Amino acid sequence: MSETGAKPWDHAPILLVEHLTMRFGGLTAVDDASFSVGGNDITALIGPNGAGKTTVFNCITGFYKPTEGMLTLNGSDGTPFYLERLTDHEINAHARVARTFQNIRLFPGMTVLENLMVAQHNVLSRASGFSFGAILGLGQFARAEHDALDFAKSWLDRIGLLSRADDAAGGLPYGDQRRLEIARAMCTRPRLLCLDEPAAGLNARESEALSALLKSIRDEDDTAIFLIEHDMGVVMRISDHVIVLDYGKKIADGTPDEVRSDPHVIAAYLGVSDEDAAALEGGP
Amino acid sequence: MAYFLQQLINGVTLGSIYGLIAIGYTMVYGIIGMINFAHGDIFMVGAFIALIAFLALTAIGVTAIPLALLLVLIIAIGLTAVWGWTVERVAYRPLRESFRLAPLITAIGMSIVLQNFIQIAQGARVKPLQPVVTGGYELFQQGSFTVIVSNIQILIVVTTVLVMTGFWLLISRTALGRSQRACEQDRLMAALSGVDVDRTISLTFVLGAGLAAVAGLLYLLYYGVIDFFIGFVVGIKAFTAAVFGGIGSIPGAMLGGLIIGLIETFWSAYFSIEYKDVAAFSMLAIVLIFFPTGLLGRPEVEKV
Amino acid sequence: MADTGKTRDQKLVSALTDSLLAAIIAFALFSLVLGLRTVDGATGLTLEPRPGLLLTVVAIVFFGRLALNLFVWQTQYPLTTPFAKLFNIEPFDRRDLVTLGAALVFGAVWFATGLVLGEAVYELLGIVVLLFVGLGLLRRWLVQRFPNLPYTQIFIAGGIIFALFFPIVTYALESVFRFGMPLRYWFDLSILILTYVMLGWGLNIVVGLAGLLDLGYVAFYAVGAYTFALLATQFGLGFWVCLPIAGAAAALWGIILGFPVLRLRGDYLAIVTLAFGEIIRIVLLNWTEVTGGPNGVAGIPKPTFFGLPFSPFAEGMTFSKFFGIPYDGLHALIFLYYLILILALVTNAVTLRLRRLPVGRAWEAMREDQIACRSLGINTTLTKLSAFATGAMFGGLAGAFFATRQGFVSPESFTFIESAIILAIVVLGGMGSQLGVAIAAVVMVGGFEALRHTAGLQAIFGEEFDPALYRMLLFGIAMVGIMVWRPRGLVSARAPTISLGDADRISGDLVRQGRG
Ligand SMILES: Nc1ncnc2c1ncn2[C@@H]1O[C@H](COP(=O)(O)OP(=O)(O)O)[C@@H](O)[C@H]1O
Ligand SMILES: [Mg+2]
Repeated sequence: MSETGAKPWDHAPILLVEHLTMRFGGLTAVDDASFSVGGNDITALIGPNGAGKTTVFNCITGFYKPTEGMLTLNGSDGTPFYLERLTDHEINAHARVARTFQNIRLFPGMTVLENLMVAQHNVLSRASGFSFGAILGLGQFARAEHDALDFAKSWLDRIGLLSRADDAAGGLPYGDQRRLEIARAMCTRPRLLCLDEPAAGLNARESEALSALLKSIRDEDDTAIFLIEHDMGVVMRISDHVIVLDYGKKIADGTPDEVRSDPHVIAAYLGVSDEDAAALEGGP
Repeated sequence: MAYFLQQLINGVTLGSIYGLIAIGYTMVYGIIGMINFAHGDIFMVGAFIALIAFLALTAIGVTAIPLALLLVLIIAIGLTAVWGWTVERVAYRPLRESFRLAPLITAIGMSIVLQNFIQIAQGARVKPLQPVVTGGYELFQQGSFTVIVSNIQILIVVTTVLVMTGFWLLISRTALGRSQRACEQDRLMAALSGVDVDRTISLTFVLGAGLAAVAGLLYLLYYGVIDFFIGFVVGIKAFTAAVFGGIGSIPGAMLGGLIIGLIETFWSAYFSIEYKDVAAFSMLAIVLIFFPTGLLGRPEVEKV
Repeated sequence: MADTGKTRDQKLVSALTDSLLAAIIAFALFSLVLGLRTVDGATGLTLEPRPGLLLTVVAIVFFGRLALNLFVWQTQYPLTTPFAKLFNIEPFDRRDLVTLGAALVFGAVWFATGLVLGEAVYELLGIVVLLFVGLGLLRRWLVQRFPNLPYTQIFIAGGIIFALFFPIVTYALESVFRFGMPLRYWFDLSILILTYVMLGWGLNIVVGLAGLLDLGYVAFYAVGAYTFALLATQFGLGFWVCLPIAGAAAALWGIILGFPVLRLRGDYLAIVTLAFGEIIRIVLLNWTEVTGGPNGVAGIPKPTFFGLPFSPFAEGMTFSKFFGIPYDGLHALIFLYYLILILALVTNAVTLRLRRLPVGRAWEAMREDQIACRSLGINTTLTKLSAFATGAMFGGLAGAFFATRQGFVSPESFTFIESAIILAIVVLGGMGSQLGVAIAAVVMVGGFEALRHTAGLQAIFGEEFDPALYRMLLFGIAMVGIMVWRPRGLVSARAPTISLGDADRISGDLVRQGRG
């Protein structure tokens, strides 16, 4: 794969990852990976199981402190955030990076709507005067809550869960939970949305709907998407840019077409699963 | 220097007792992830069983001290183990797959039950026992201060070392130990691969109670007085020891026991005896803040 | 475990074997600690054998287990079925009705016996059986007849109305008709119960909403009580000045203690809070110059009715003179009752309001999944601190009330067992449920208190019988029993904090309990 020539995502990257390394004791889960994520792109991170993809996400979103490397997120007004210096909640609140989890992490005992309201915590908390104001009955909070409710409803509508707003999130079918988790992340109004295997466990029809949803997020919400995905159909169909990890190392980085024909990638995938390799070679 | 050495001896003795109890906490925590709050009271029941057994043996004419002690040890371990088994069976097993807080509440309930049961059955008064193991060795003298290691201290440390060695062999060399470790890692997988999970957990409680009974006997011999309430304070300190060493880790429990024993003894000796428990508990908080999983506990990175 | 494959004889044999085994275990358990009693003799301890007692206990275990085996576990028609059916809509059959009828008769007989003997324990037992079966039947009938009534709300409203009018109405009735009702006792007991309701609600914020296991809650109760006691006795400040200061001091301590420990997770947090509770108690016990050590602080002034003291002798204006009514010691008690009722209701109102505010939702979200919370930009450390401080504040307010009610505080009132009782109330009530906590407080504290009246039991078991000891024993057994029976507590469903339509309550099976 050629690294020559500036790629579109290098011009206005929202996220710049440089020499990211993460070690757990003797195990190097991510090994000196460098890449950029474009501001208007859907970028896919692929690789066999255990390649270190989730670990990359955890470093970006502050759940792990990288052993080495720099993670720069360019803010909306151009100010950079150095993610490796921020903690997890600051990364969401200030750098505006949101994420979902490989093993869905909803608030199962709260309703669908409550899940989306919790996601707007920081806005609402400020409006409530950190609760002191609202408890004394000062204005503005009611308004802010009304707005938050509308925003949540608009998202429920988009993911087709408006009718289930008052049901417990833990009681939803699997596919709905996946979409709800994405909507919840979007309710923090992120500039970069990191999705960890959003299509895992979905049927063909649901994957189709998911692809459409992700595209609409990129195009309408002005949010860049960075996703980990094993479903090559989804990856090839919607990604602008694909990065391949194997044993923690980046082995390829380019457009879907470039990556698909990359011999390193084919080798890596052949070593793991014929199905995925076939998907890579044949395309969707 | 002499004073220091004397405190060191006292601290190690006390620490041995804490260590024996701490193992019970740590094993149970390791295998089913709960604080067996009633374990301190199992220790107390063990001490009472030892006391009564000793008096009973004396009454029927077993007066040779070594023989009597050996018999008391066996009886105490045996009967206390039944208590440990029963507590698990009655209060914890029905809640095995339940919510995390439920067994903690039943454990606190069991602790209340055991304390009050003993108080009712044996009375609230403290129970003194004439010194059984007397004498000791003067190590050396410095000024007017003589460093003494008493026979009972030797007995306690030697017994602890022997019991712990035996226990260590038991869990590192036998099928039981393997089953325990299997259950610790993944109870479902262990069950699927043929480990009898219920039996392993029961045996864990039985072993823990047995060790607590040894501690109870040693405590009785060392202090010569027990009451129904000793389980609470000693239990908390032993738990502190287990956490200190890194809960789930058996060597950690022994080490933690020693450290807590030493802290308590030195604090009493050099600062104030009233605040010795404050010292032990504060150390717990301080250590946990810097080593959130204890000294020998496996560091735990939250998997996300 | 109704095993149809077994013949009658096989069942009997297995029941007998099982019971025998239980009896043997009971014998091993009790042989030494119950069968032999240590008594102080002339030359130290001696033993007093009690074979009769030991045999009785072993026999009770044997026959009890046998009865359970035969009538509950190993039969196709367990005797417990009709009682379980009280709580669902399965139709009753003839046998169920006979069993329930028998239970009602049994309850009535016990109750009557209690009345005749003047023995509260029998009355209580009878009342419990009658209430359980009677209310169960009533509830079932109502739910079948009118399925759509808001029962919970009606129940809550009824409870609050009862609490509001109970003292005035009983006092008025007593003043007019002189029934000889033991009002002083009733008011004292209600005040005690309400104090625990308030403490339960305060701790519920930390444990039930935020999912942080706090085993040292009594520390904040103590801080509030001592702050109040010292301010009132040393600086002569009035009740209404001291009360908020006590609350603030407790909240401050909540933050001070919370700060280092909130990085800890789950059981580590539990044990460190326990340690802090003990540290505070030990300091109170030993810092004699300030806290009075074991003697505590005495002479704490009673609250006044907005400046009017409740006193027969005081110079100047008093409550009774002001209202032109004769002095009655009960006035002060009724005032205290309303004071704690208001404090408890304020606690409840604030909690319910906070639940609907961002911070309250963040508490619950944290209990559900802390990692998800952090991924949504919620600062969990601050959120935990806010829960800790809020809970501590209510504990401190309750402590201040305790100090003024008792007129005296000492470290003895703030032992671990208090923390355990409060936590038990929260967990048994159903974590996060305000109603459940209130019911649990009434049941636990009220039931506990009822066991005090056991003169009749003394007639049976002899003068040495000290009911206070059995109270704690039964309390412990109840804790274990209720938890095994309902691990989620009495009221486990969770009410959503915001909804588009009429939201149902969320089944307790989905709600998490937090990992600290
Ligand atoms: N917290 C952790 N502690 C130890 N090892 C970890 C941790 N998180 C991830 N790993 C290891 O890092 C490697 C990469 O894991 P991961 O990033 O989850 O892979 P992927 O998401 O690509 O399947 C795996 O070997 C995994 O076991
Ligand atoms: Mg992964």
